[in-house]
Amino acid sequence: MTLPRDKSEYRGVWVFLEARRGRMRDVSRQLLGVARGLAATRGSEVSGVLPGSNVDPMAHEAIEYGADRVYLVEDPRLEPYTSRPFTKVMATLIRKHKPEIVLFGATKNGRDLGGRLHAVIETGLAADCVKLEIDEDGNLDMIRPSFGGKSLAHILCKQHRPQMASARPNVFPIPPRRAGRTGEVVRESVVITDADLDAKVVRFEERRGHKGNPIEDARILVSGGFGLREPKNFRLIEELAKELGGGVAASRKAVDAGWVPKDYQVGQTGRTVRPDLYIAVGISGAVQHLAGMQESRKIVAINQDPKASIFEICDYGVVGDLFQLVPELIRQLRERKALRAVPVAAR
Amino acid sequence: MAAKGPRSIVCIKQVPKAQELQVDPVTNTLKRVGVPSEINPPDRNALEMALQVKDRAGGEVLVVTMGPPVFTSSLEEALAMGCDRAFLLTDRILGGSDTVPTAHALSETIHKIGGYDLIFCGEETTDASTGHVGPGIAGHIDCAQITYCSELEYLGDRVRGKRTVEDGYEWWECPTPCVVTVNFLSNRPRPPSLTGKIRVKRGGLITTWSCADVGIDPGKVGIRNSPTIVAKVDTVQLPDRKAKVFRGEPREAVARLIEAMVADGVLPG
Repeated sequence: MTLPRDKSEYRGVWVFLEARRGRMRDVSRQLLGVARGLAATRGSEVSGVLPGSNVDPMAHEAIEYGADRVYLVEDPRLEPYTSRPFTKVMATLIRKHKPEIVLFGATKNGRDLGGRLHAVIETGLAADCVKLEIDEDGNLDMIRPSFGGKSLAHILCKQHRPQMASARPNVFPIPPRRAGRTGEVVRESVVITDADLDAKVVRFEERRGHKGNPIEDARILVSGGFGLREPKNFRLIEELAKELGGGVAASRKAVDAGWVPKDYQVGQTGRTVRPDLYIAVGISGAVQHLAGMQESRKIVAINQDPKASIFEICDYGVVGDLFQLVPELIRQLRERKALRAVPVAAR
Repeated sequence: MAAKGPRSIVCIKQVPKAQELQVDPVTNTLKRVGVPSEINPPDRNALEMALQVKDRAGGEVLVVTMGPPVFTSSLEEALAMGCDRAFLLTDRILGGSDTVPTAHALSETIHKIGGYDLIFCGEETTDASTGHVGPGIAGHIDCAQITYCSELEYLGDRVRGKRTVEDGYEWWECPTPCVVTVNFLSNRPRPPSLTGKIRVKRGGLITTWSCADVGIDPGKVGIRNSPTIVAKVDTVQLPDRKAKVFRGEPREAVARLIEAMVADGVLPG
């Protein structure tokens, strides 16, 4: 493919609507809200693209969340998601309808699809955007964290169309759903051949509860460090996490000591997390650790050493013995929960 | 001579060490000159996965990188870990390539090597964090892909990979050739061995190619043929956290902590 001869042929803002086991992902709804704003600035329309099997009801849902039109591609071969058929559907529809902008959720499947698709149709794709705007020249300003979150890069795709971006989940709000909002459902058919079905999903194992969830996905994280002294003391961290409905993470020292699996590790040589609440227990706060969690919305530190650097970047700190403080915190949280279960009038 | 068993090609990148990531205040780009660098950490997991396939099924592991000649040090390390041969694609015209020309150039290099069964990449790089090059290569050479893979079984004409998704794990079965992007931290990469280091010392394991050697169209690569540009970079001001620190008797300190968190709306009232 070469550069589009005339960029003005490309119009409209598209959202890849990601269905997951009978539901539309939240990030797809969030992107419909983003797309409405971009389309308003560009004087164009919002279209959703919905490939899948038995996904008809989601087409109307997408319209109620802001799509003017949904391109529906119903095919039993499009469930579950696999890379090649979805890339074929998107490439075919993009070549046919020429959208100006295509947005994806930066989910595993969204990135799997976007990465393959952008190479096939040869256009720009910015990953994991946290802000999407139209600049003064009418280009999509795709803003994403770079260099480990130390800065925000503005990515432009000036000559190629469509301009494509994946957006980080849960950064943009879900727009209000307007029951009865009308729009057009366009049924498209893209032939999926046997040869397109090169990947087969032969097994799926659901993760249940918080244990085993990727730590990046947790809204609340309780993280344990070397201050716990022994692996068995990690149950304090697990108990507190359970009480708060959160996940469990760890510092590098705790992982290196073999107390917890390596996918628990927060920091520069581990995972970068940004939960709503991060509770650091017995973690002194080495620079490498801070780099992996300093974007958390609120940070609580529990540590014996008042000079520990974790106290310099926390919102709340408690100086003291974690073996007394954590059980006390669990106890008081339980007490509050029990109290809340009592009707207000009876308190 | 073709070895018995699968031929794996691992694509690696050399990146600035995580703790050395710094933005040049003048050019607003990543400081690369004079900054200590290393193999992109997830690429080590990709190397390890490929070497494990070789441990079990035989065959050979080749390693490829695209970049300036200093990237040779990463190729030497990969060879010392157990890779059989290495390829460096280096050419000034590749400078400033974004993910589209990078996937193109690596695909052409892989095609030139030929005879491959498996192509491995790390799930993403720590300096650009896109994760687009692996699936981009699969798109270019039109083969199957398994992304975010943590375990892989080689089954002769196909592979079965465990793929991490948000709500669990999927097992994908794909015919070879197949691109596999490997989850960061999914295994413990082996250190370079002494015998490996000696092999590297003896030399002759690294092939250096220019774009012309591979047959890469100069009109397809480099900054001028990259769809995206970084227009500007803003420094992020991290929130100034005014720590409320509590001390003293545990029951009292915890009560004050909860009280403060409730008052700020961090915990429900």
